[in-house]
Amino acid sequence: MRRARQLATVFLLLVALASAAAGFLAPSGYAHQFRDTPDASPSRQHWLGTDDLGRDRFARLLYGTRVSLCLAPAAALLSSLLAALIGGVAGFCGGRLEQLVLAGTDLFLSLPWLFLLITIRALLPLNLPPVTSVVITFMLLGCLGWAVAARVICSDAHLLRNCDFILLARASGLGGWRLLVRHLLPNLMPIVYAQFWLSIPIFILTEANLGILGLGVSEPLPSWGTLLRDLESCSSMSHLWQFAPLLLLIAAVSCFHLLVVDREFPA
Amino acid sequence: MQRLLRHAALILVTVLLGGLLGATLVRFSPAFGVDEAELDPRRSSASIESIRRAKGEERNIPAFYLHYLGRMAKGNLGTSRTLNRPVLELVVTRLPETVKSVILGLLVGWGAGLLLAIPIAMFRSWALDIAASTLAAILLCVPTAVFALLFVVLRTPGRLVIALIVFPKVFRYARNLLVKSALLPHVLTARAKGLGNLRVFARHILPNVAPQLSSLAGVSVSLAFTAAIPVEVLCDLPGIGQLAWKAALGRDLYLLVNLTMIITLITLMANCAADLARPQGARA
Repeated sequence: MRRARQLATVFLLLVALASAAAGFLAPSGYAHQFRDTPDASPSRQHWLGTDDLGRDRFARLLYGTRVSLCLAPAAALLSSLLAALIGGVAGFCGGRLEQLVLAGTDLFLSLPWLFLLITIRALLPLNLPPVTSVVITFMLLGCLGWAVAARVICSDAHLLRNCDFILLARASGLGGWRLLVRHLLPNLMPIVYAQFWLSIPIFILTEANLGILGLGVSEPLPSWGTLLRDLESCSSMSHLWQFAPLLLLIAAVSCFHLLVVDREFPA
Repeated sequence: MQRLLRHAALILVTVLLGGLLGATLVRFSPAFGVDEAELDPRRSSASIESIRRAKGEERNIPAFYLHYLGRMAKGNLGTSRTLNRPVLELVVTRLPETVKSVILGLLVGWGAGLLLAIPIAMFRSWALDIAASTLAAILLCVPTAVFALLFVVLRTPGRLVIALIVFPKVFRYARNLLVKSALLPHVLTARAKGLGNLRVFARHILPNVAPQLSSLAGVSVSLAFTAAIPVEVLCDLPGIGQLAWKAALGRDLYLLVNLTMIITLITLMANCAADLARPQGARA
């Protein structure tokens, strides 16, 4: 299992490096159209062929990977920080505040995730500039994905509040924010890390679903979601190179799942 | 009875709060309160002013929400802006299609998950365990919409995609629970005393895991409804999911908010039913 985790880390690092070096590795920009060769099969010039607009699939895959692989962790960081703040403070303070926060998370959890996401997305214009659409999509994921993590962190903070070292710190006169920042938060970090790593694959998959439905990142900027949308035009299994984004997504999400197992129970 | 009342109160509070959230969203949506009639050049400034005054009453959120609740109590969920039909009529027409897909998906997903998890726990078949766990791990890495697209390409019934989403969660959870329960001391003692596999499972393992599995049943309903959106959109099934997508593209927030509330109500009721089905005192 340890070897598998090492391989997963190496694979993710290689993919991240390749996407970061997209400007050097890709034969063209993600929006450049080779008008003479639309829908071309893989060749020496276009490793994964071109799409119906003549855009190089390999270049779009590299740039799309950069978008998904950078912003899913950013959204996970946002949701983990929100969860740590909301859950940590509620669990630490206890009483009415904790009950109120738990009731709020229950309300949030009972709303179906994708329905809520598309409802909020529908509030915003659908023809946003590509970069704005990327930021909005991942901000929405980050802002709406905190509830499960907050519940877990709240129950952990509640347990920690009654631990001997916290009681000792309280007896020594430490209170309020100093107790929270110096004693509680450092002890909550392992669970926040675990929630962070758990959120990444969930956000990648949700962005892919939104992208395929046309509610994610706007064209021409690619992401794994928008790239997978091309499968809609794939009428048979003969054009197997079109499945490259799907294979990369499955591999990356599997690797994140492996890393989650590694980081879920830190020493 | 007390549990039933507590659950009913919880559902009521959640629906009221969700409704308030929805009403706030609708109130702050772009172009709220703007009527196309205002652009009609044949109307006089007095009639345009009267249209604006009528719409202006809805700008106050509490008044808007009370009006919204009052209409909801009378069974009037408003009119869809994009489809120009009453929301209730749209829901009544399309809900059976989604319910059919969800029930089929849940039955197949749960059936396959339990059918694989039970032999793994009872017979400790490592080959089956590795094969089924790998399959579940792969299925967990594929977005629902991709399954739906592949099913369209392969001309397979799209409803089965929901089963593929439910199966890995049910399998993983049930497998871990059953394997843990099968190793409990009282189960090992029962085996040592010569009790058959079927009796061990029915009398010693199943009662132990039933509360947790019933909780998962409640959660899987929400999962199945969420999966219904991409499935219905891409496989062209005329259900609630497809309606929600059309409403999102048309920015028909009234319709979207009502659909979200209805699905929330259904999932809350499923969770409550799962909780009530658990023996008293058992907690998942």
